[in-house]
Amino acid sequence: MKRLVIFLVAASDGYLHQQSIIRSTAQDVRRDEQIIRITASSFEFKPSEITVRKGVPVLLELTSKDRHHGFKLAEFHIRVDVKPGVTEDVRFVPNKTGTFTFFCDVFCGDGHEDMSGTITVVE
Amino acid sequence: MTDIINRRDLLKLAGVGVAVFVSGTRARAGSSLQKDTESFYFVQLSDTHWGFNGPNINPDSQGTLKKAVAGVNSLDEQPDFVVFTGDLTQTTDDRKVRRDRMAEFRDIVSHLKVKTVRFMPGEHDASLDRGEAYQEFFGDLHYTFDHNGVHFIVLDNVSDPTAAVGEKQLQWLQSDLKQVSDDARIVVLTHRPLFDLAPDWDWATRDGAAVINTLMTHSNVTVLYGHIHQEHHHMTGHIAHHAAKSLMWALPEPGSAPRKSQIPWNPAEPYKGLGFRNVAARVRQARYEIEEIPVKG
Repeated sequence: MKRLVIFLVAASDGYLHQQSIIRSTAQDVRRDEQIIRITASSFEFKPSEITVRKGVPVLLELTSKDRHHGFKLAEFHIRVDVKPGVTEDVRFVPNKTGTFTFFCDVFCGDGHEDMSGTITVVE
Repeated sequence: MTDIINRRDLLKLAGVGVAVFVSGTRARAGSSLQKDTESFYFVQLSDTHWGFNGPNINPDSQGTLKKAVAGVNSLDEQPDFVVFTGDLTQTTDDRKVRRDRMAEFRDIVSHLKVKTVRFMPGEHDASLDRGEAYQEFFGDLHYTFDHNGVHFIVLDNVSDPTAAVGEKQLQWLQSDLKQVSDDARIVVLTHRPLFDLAPDWDWATRDGAAVINTLMTHSNVTVLYGHIHQEHHHMTGHIAHHAAKSLMWALPEPGSAPRKSQIPWNPAEPYKGLGFRNVAARVRQARYEIEEIPVKG
């Protein structure tokens, strides 16, 4: 399986967009990161309920088991395509507490509307 | 929607001289539309989701579309044409079932008295195969047509499953707009909202801002769309956007809950929130009067 790191840059719409892709190495993982592995499949994310700590960097490792999905976490201006055979790493630092919804934003079939989850940021 | 809100919105929209809508259910369909040489009307139906099965959401899923067709056929004055703004069928992974549903839908709407019928896809029709089956049954995914001095532009924001119009179609739109005057009467027909109505509910077009920026060069543009299963009216600058009801299920108001969900069928108020609309084009004034028509059980 390929391993990709997505560098995100702020664009005019406020979202972080893919800027470039390089092959990741073990040294890319920071010691203090909260690493969350999320698997997308029709029509769910596993896990679908995630808790992280405010101010501590988060690394999301996103993969798809079946088809092209999307991952959108609007509150933190994150969206990426999630495709089979590729692990996409997304880093961000949660700067506010609360429970925020993420969802698939690539239409993937009859259960697409229900394909979502939550990320809870605590102190 | 109350009459008070209707009047307020009517004034708001009339104030910018772009579009006027009239929402009401008491007027008999087609009866109040005054014909003159530069006016005409058409009917917009949307989100019929043929093939959907959910007794708690719509126990008459096999009959609602047929009732709407009968409703259009019963209008005192027949429209010049009918448009379906996407999600003609309920999505399925099964290629054969998808085509079966499209064939059944096409057969049902062939009973419309009006024979000029314009289609466009919704994500349920076209996102899983990038419009392959849709094109077999209904033709191009995006196109233009002209009617009595109004230039209609049908935009596809669904066959790309990421909900984007795409650079190629955007260039096509730019080229098309160069062919008409800056003050041409333009109606854009599409499925998803072109503006960010509720992105967390997937009620947006990824590159909708680029589409709107392109349309802003023209002074008389109105957008009619579907997708959100309810009447909704919004302005982006001088461009008016009007969403239509569904003919299968209703959805809650934008952003009114963390997650959107279908509104269950209420036996006390069957077909509530479902319907189609008449759109009367007053070409000279560049105005469009919208009359919502409920489905009758």
